[in-house]
Amino acid sequence: MDQLISVLDSTIRVATPLVLASLAGLFSERSGVVDISLEGKMLAAAFASAAAAYMTQNPWIGLCAGMMAAVMLAMLHAFVSVTYNGNQLISGMAVNTIASGITPVLGLAWFQQGGNSPQLPDAGRFHEITLPFAEQLADVPVIGALYSRLLSGHSILVYLTILIIPVVTWFIYKSRFGLRLRAVGENPHAADTAGISVARIRYIALFWNGMLCGMAGTFLSVYQTGAFIKEMTAGKGFLALAALIFGKWRPVQAVIGCLLFAFADAIQIRLEGVAVPGIGIIPSQFIAVIPYVLTVLLLAGFVGRAIAPKSIGIPFVKSR
Amino acid sequence: MTDIAIELIGISKSFGAVKANEDVSMSIAKGSIHGIIGENGAGKSTLMSILYGYYQADTGAIKVHGRETRIRNSQEAIRLGIGMVHQHFMLVDTFTVLENIVLGAEGGMLLAEGMAAAREHLKALNKDYSLEVDPDAIVGELGVGLQQRVEILKALYRGADVLILDEPTAVLTPQEADHLFRILNALRDQGKTVILITHKLREVMEITDAVSVMRAGKVVGNVFTRDVNQEILADLMVGRKVILKVNKAECNAGDAVLDVKNLSLTDERGVKLLDSLNFTVRAGEIVGVAGVSGNGQSELLEVLAGMLVPTTGAIVFKGEDLCARRYRHPRAAELRKLGIAHVPEDRSREGLVKAFSMYENAILGYDDTAALSRGPLFSRKALIERTRTFISEFDIRPANALLRVGLLSGGNQQKVVLAREIDANPELLLIGQPTRGVDIGAIEFIHKRLIQLRDEGKAILLVSVELEEILALSDRILVMAGGKITGEVSGNEATTTSLGLLMGGGSH
Repeated sequence: MDQLISVLDSTIRVATPLVLASLAGLFSERSGVVDISLEGKMLAAAFASAAAAYMTQNPWIGLCAGMMAAVMLAMLHAFVSVTYNGNQLISGMAVNTIASGITPVLGLAWFQQGGNSPQLPDAGRFHEITLPFAEQLADVPVIGALYSRLLSGHSILVYLTILIIPVVTWFIYKSRFGLRLRAVGENPHAADTAGISVARIRYIALFWNGMLCGMAGTFLSVYQTGAFIKEMTAGKGFLALAALIFGKWRPVQAVIGCLLFAFADAIQIRLEGVAVPGIGIIPSQFIAVIPYVLTVLLLAGFVGRAIAPKSIGIPFVKSR
Repeated sequence: MTDIAIELIGISKSFGAVKANEDVSMSIAKGSIHGIIGENGAGKSTLMSILYGYYQADTGAIKVHGRETRIRNSQEAIRLGIGMVHQHFMLVDTFTVLENIVLGAEGGMLLAEGMAAAREHLKALNKDYSLEVDPDAIVGELGVGLQQRVEILKALYRGADVLILDEPTAVLTPQEADHLFRILNALRDQGKTVILITHKLREVMEITDAVSVMRAGKVVGNVFTRDVNQEILADLMVGRKVILKVNKAECNAGDAVLDVKNLSLTDERGVKLLDSLNFTVRAGEIVGVAGVSGNGQSELLEVLAGMLVPTTGAIVFKGEDLCARRYRHPRAAELRKLGIAHVPEDRSREGLVKAFSMYENAILGYDDTAALSRGPLFSRKALIERTRTFISEFDIRPANALLRVGLLSGGNQQKVVLAREIDANPELLLIGQPTRGVDIGAIEFIHKRLIQLRDEGKAILLVSVELEEILALSDRILVMAGGKITGEVSGNEATTTSLGLLMGGGSH
C-alpha cells in the first residue's frame, strides 16, 4: 500500500508538466498547426521563470515570466507558419533550437554557473500545499491515507492542472471557440466560407499553447528542481506530443496517455537497485528504457490508426 | 414575377489579359429559378464569384432587391441574403450536420444554446423543403446528395433568399438530381430565388424559368425557358465558331486496335464516373472524345493508360484483354511497353517533372531503354543525343537539351511530352487536351503531327474540351456526358450544334 501510494504520488508529480504540454499541443494541433516545439517552449519557460523567480523572490512572477517566454516563442511559430505559411515542422524545430541555445547562453551571462541558474531560495519557489484536514484524516484507513498522502501535498500548479483538464475539454467541445478551432483544423476552407478568420483562430490557439507550455516549464524549474538546469526538459515535450497522438488529439485520452508515461517513469525510479526475485538486480540502463519502450509500444501497437485533424500541417491559402 | 431579386449591370472582370467577364448584364426575378448556362471557361463561375464576393468586378454594378450594393466578401453576400452551394462542398467531414450548420453562426459563446435553437430551426427547414437530413449524422459518412443538402441547409439557416448552385448535379446520381430538383422547386414555391449554374441543357429545360446563356465571357442571350428549346440553347452556348482548318487526307482506317466493351468505373462513393462505354479505335484513325470537362473523359484516359483500374468491362488491345492480364509491373509502365503511349491532360502534373532538365524529362517512362544506358548508369551522352533529335524534329525552342523544362513555354513543354511518346512508336496514342495552354504556332504544329501519325497508320484517341480541335482532327467523334457516351458522329457530319446538344446530355 505504501509502495503503491508513493508510486502514484510521483506519477502525479511527473505527469503534471506532461499534461500541461499535451493540452498545449492539443490547442495548436487541433487548429491545424503541427507543434514539435513544445519541448523548446517548456525549456525557455523553465529558464525565464527560474530567472525571474530568483530575481524577485516570487514564484508567481516567475510563472508570469515563464508564460511570457513561451507565448513569445509560440507567436514566433505562428508568425512563421500562419502568417507566412512556412513549414510548421521547420518552424517548430527552429523554436527548439533557439530555446536550447539561448537558455544556457543567457544563464551563463547572468549567473555564471555553467548555464544553470542558482538554487532558488525558498521564497522564490512553489511549495507543497497541505490540503485542509489532511493531517487529521491521515489515520482514517484507505480514504484518509489516499487523501492525505496522494491528493494532499502537491504544488498549487498540480491543483491548477487538475482544474485545467476539464476546462480545456469543455472549451474544445462545448464552446464557440472550440467548434471553430476544430473546424479550422479539419477544413479551413469550410471555416473560411463560414466567415471565420482562420489565421485569427490559429493565433489564439497558439497563444493558449504558449500559456500552457509556460506553466509546464515553470513547474519543472520553479517547483520540481528549484533551479534551472541546462536541457532540463530532456524530451518531456516530445513525450507530451506522443501522449497527444496516443490520445488521438482528444483531451481526456491525452491526459491518460500522460499518466501512463508518468507511471512508467515512477516505476522506473522504484525499480532502480531493487532485486527482482530470480533475476537479481536489473541493470539501471534497462530500467531507464522503460518509458521509451512503452512509448513505442503504445504508439505502434495499441493506438491503431491515429486520425489526425485533417488539415494539420498544411498552411491555409485562401482558394480563389 | 415582376420583382427583381438580383440585377447585374455591365459587369466586366479581367485576369491579366484574359477577359473572364465582359459587359455582363442580367436580371433575375424574385421567386424564380434562373439558369446560367455555358461551356467551360464561358465565365459562369467568375460571374457568380463576383456576386458572392470572392472577386470584385472591374466595372459594373450589382443591385440586390433594387438597391445597388458592393459585395466585398462572402460575409457581406451572406448578410444580403445570398447563399452559395459550392461545387466542392465546404463542409467539415468529422462534424455532425448540426455543427456544420451553426459553424460561423453559433449565436453566442456557448454552443448548447445556439445548437438547440438551430435544431428547432433545422426541423422546420427540413419539413418545409423535404430535405430529410438527420441533424446528428456525421457529415463525412453521408452520401454526396445528402452533403449537398447540408450545404443548402447551411445557406438557408443563414437566411439566404437567393441561392446559387454551382454545377450541383455534376456529382449526383440521376435519382439524387431529381430529389434536388424537387427541393429547388419547393424553394421557389416558398418565394426563394435560385440561380443554377450548369452546362446541362436538359436540366435547364426541365427546371428553370429563365436562362442566361454565356459564351466567352459575354452574355449571348437572356431568354425565358418556355420560349426556347434545347437546339436554340445549344446553338447559343456553342456559337458558330470559326473552324480551324487542318488539311488532311481521307481517313483510311484499318483493323481495330482498341476495343472497349462495357467499361465502367465507380468511385468509392458509388458514383459512376464511367458508365458502360463501348467503342473501338482503328488503326489510321483519330477518334475524338468531346464533352464538357468533368464528364468522365479524364477518367477514360486514365483507365486506358493504366493509371486507374476499371470496375468492370474489357479493354481489348490488339486482341488481348488488358483487364484480364496479370501485371507484374505497374500497369501504366507495362501498357507503355505494349504500345500504348499517353500524353496526359495535365502535362505539368503528370507529363513532366518541371524541375528536371529537358533531356531527363525526355526519358521519363522509357528509362529502361537499353540503348540509353552504359552498364548500370545512364549514358548522359546518349540521353542528350536523343533529346537533340527531338528538338530538331519537333522544333522545340530554345534548342537546349540541358534547360529546365519549367522554363519552356507551354507549347514547347507539350512538344517534349509528345516527342517522347511518339518516339516510342506506339500503336495507340492516348492524348488529352493536346493544345491546352499552347500558343497558336505550336497548336498548328501539334495538329499536323497528329495527322501525320494517323496517316502512318497509328490509332489515336483524342480527348479535348475544345470543340474546334475535335472537329478539325477527328475522323469519328464520341460525345460524353455524365460518364456515358451520349452519341457518336462521323467527323464530316458533325457540327458544333449537334455536338453541343449531345454534350448537354440531349438526345441526337
